[in-house]
Amino acid sequence: MQFTAQYDPAAARLELAGDCQMEDASALVGRLGEVRSSPPLTLHIGLTRAELRDIGPAWLLYRVIAELRGRGIAVEIDGRTPEHFAYFDELLKREAGAWTPLAAPTLEQRLAGVWRGLAERFRSWYESMVYGGRLIESAAVAWHSLKRLRIPSVVRHMHETGVQAIPVVAVIAMLISVISAYIGAQQLRPFGAEIFTVDLVAIGVLRELGVLLTAIMVAGRTGSAYAAELGVMKLNDEVDALESMGMNPYEVLVLPRVVALVLVMPLLTIVANAMGLAGGAILTGYLIDLPFAQFVARLDAAIAPTTFWAGLVKAPVFGLLIALTGTLRGLQVRESSRELGRLTTVAVVQSIFLVILADALFAIFFLEIDF
Amino acid sequence: MPAPMVLVRDVVNRFGEQVVHDGVSFEVHAGEIFGIVGGSGSGKSVLLKTMLGLRRPDAGTVELETRDITAMSERELREVKRRYGVTFQHGALFTSLSVAENITIPVVEVLDLDEASLRALVELRLRMVGLPLEAAAKYPAQLSGGMVKRVALARALALDPSILFLDEPTAGLDPIAATAFDDLILYLRDTLALTIVMVTHDLDTLMRTCDRVAVLVDGKVIVDTLEKIVAYDHPWIRHYFHGARGRALGVRGEDSRGT
Repeated sequence: MQFTAQYDPAAARLELAGDCQMEDASALVGRLGEVRSSPPLTLHIGLTRAELRDIGPAWLLYRVIAELRGRGIAVEIDGRTPEHFAYFDELLKREAGAWTPLAAPTLEQRLAGVWRGLAERFRSWYESMVYGGRLIESAAVAWHSLKRLRIPSVVRHMHETGVQAIPVVAVIAMLISVISAYIGAQQLRPFGAEIFTVDLVAIGVLRELGVLLTAIMVAGRTGSAYAAELGVMKLNDEVDALESMGMNPYEVLVLPRVVALVLVMPLLTIVANAMGLAGGAILTGYLIDLPFAQFVARLDAAIAPTTFWAGLVKAPVFGLLIALTGTLRGLQVRESSRELGRLTTVAVVQSIFLVILADALFAIFFLEIDF
Repeated sequence: MPAPMVLVRDVVNRFGEQVVHDGVSFEVHAGEIFGIVGGSGSGKSVLLKTMLGLRRPDAGTVELETRDITAMSERELREVKRRYGVTFQHGALFTSLSVAENITIPVVEVLDLDEASLRALVELRLRMVGLPLEAAAKYPAQLSGGMVKRVALARALALDPSILFLDEPTAGLDPIAATAFDDLILYLRDTLALTIVMVTHDLDTLMRTCDRVAVLVDGKVIVDTLEKIVAYDHPWIRHYFHGARGRALGVRGEDSRGT
């Protein structure tokens, strides 16, 4: 039978009827709330037609009866006392300690919270330093004995972060050069200088856009993958397992990833540059009717011998920054899946930030040395 | 005889060429504690998933409280899933939620309740599984293995299920905690008239709690009371119950429950 609950304040009577299941708890709580807000001196609860089979709603009723009785209100149950009530009496006899309510934090707790936050920050710095030290140590070991550099692992990571990233990097580079060629051609046309669209695209792609967009794509793809992989291994005690077998997790897990990305980034950048120039060639041909041979001739005149290298030397640095951030954040994961998500996000955001910061520093540096 | 709470009939499960279950049938009665044992790879977990409606069998039917879950739409199945509670082998607590939130998450999904009522319900479930109330504010990472199992049980009980499925409830617990957990399961069955289906390797738990046992061997199932199972003349069963571990427990084929 469908459960119903009615409260009649005039008669001071709460009438329950039907089979009260957990799903009916909302209805029951609603009526109980009415009773609690303006209780009569003597409350009658009619249970003759009700069946309190589920334990949850029975407990909610039991608790409200206890509360009302505590407030000096007589509660009379018409009908059979639910059988769960005896079980509740017994439950309450057992020691269960005190419920610590989540009260508003005191000043002391707030200060403690600030202190914990600071301590957490310091610990993060400390961990970064430990990370740096141990990574340099294993890099030094690998430098002296190539066997300690896990070549198969490096190759695997090069495949995953490099070869598999080629399609997306190629498409992105092509699209961005199409965009810059399009805007360039449009802005230069009033001056009759459309031909300089080639300069714009060539220098833009080779010096900045190719390497920067590749780095951003790699940060999103590989930085997050590194952080998530290492984070799950950490949660799964796999890092401790390695260490217990006498293997250095920095040598086995971190160094191959870092080396792989440092090697792969310049290669991906070359792919991006080639595709960017191809995109520029296609679009200038289409927009300003520039034949391919002339595009090549103009390209040759536009770029200095250093233009290509000014972009390419940044690639390994960006790769290093992304790999370091990703692996460090991954190793900082502790305790929970929420940490994993948070630190993966931090890894991506920080690595993109660091890449752009480094790019700005490179730009100033190149300007100063006239590269 | 009342209808069985769980009815598994001629279930066949295959993975490619490999047949895991080749016509498995049994029923679980109301108020019964039903154990499922079997070697690694004998398909205990697959059987459990089939009973939970998480996997549709390749043939055969599964009925929970007389409703056939193998021929149900997703929506009807959701309705049925509210009627059972499950604990997973490693607890499967949500690590980013506190114990209290873990216990209330199935409740707030279905019901619209105020804070005070939710807190009262958390208190009830914690008391039911014998946990101190201060555990409510803790996070799963701060709990011991035994506490994780208890919180998982509290979460499974959150919607007052009529059937409880337990996957290796005592695995990884020390003997004292495991015994306490057995007591708890028996107590809940006796006071709440729950029907309990458990997959377990713990011979102590099997002997103390289970009314009947299903043994999965060679894709088939043998169901009987433990003392009769122990006396079966099957090489794997003999090995299982009369191996070094079984002997250490003094399995003789007599009823050791309640003694």
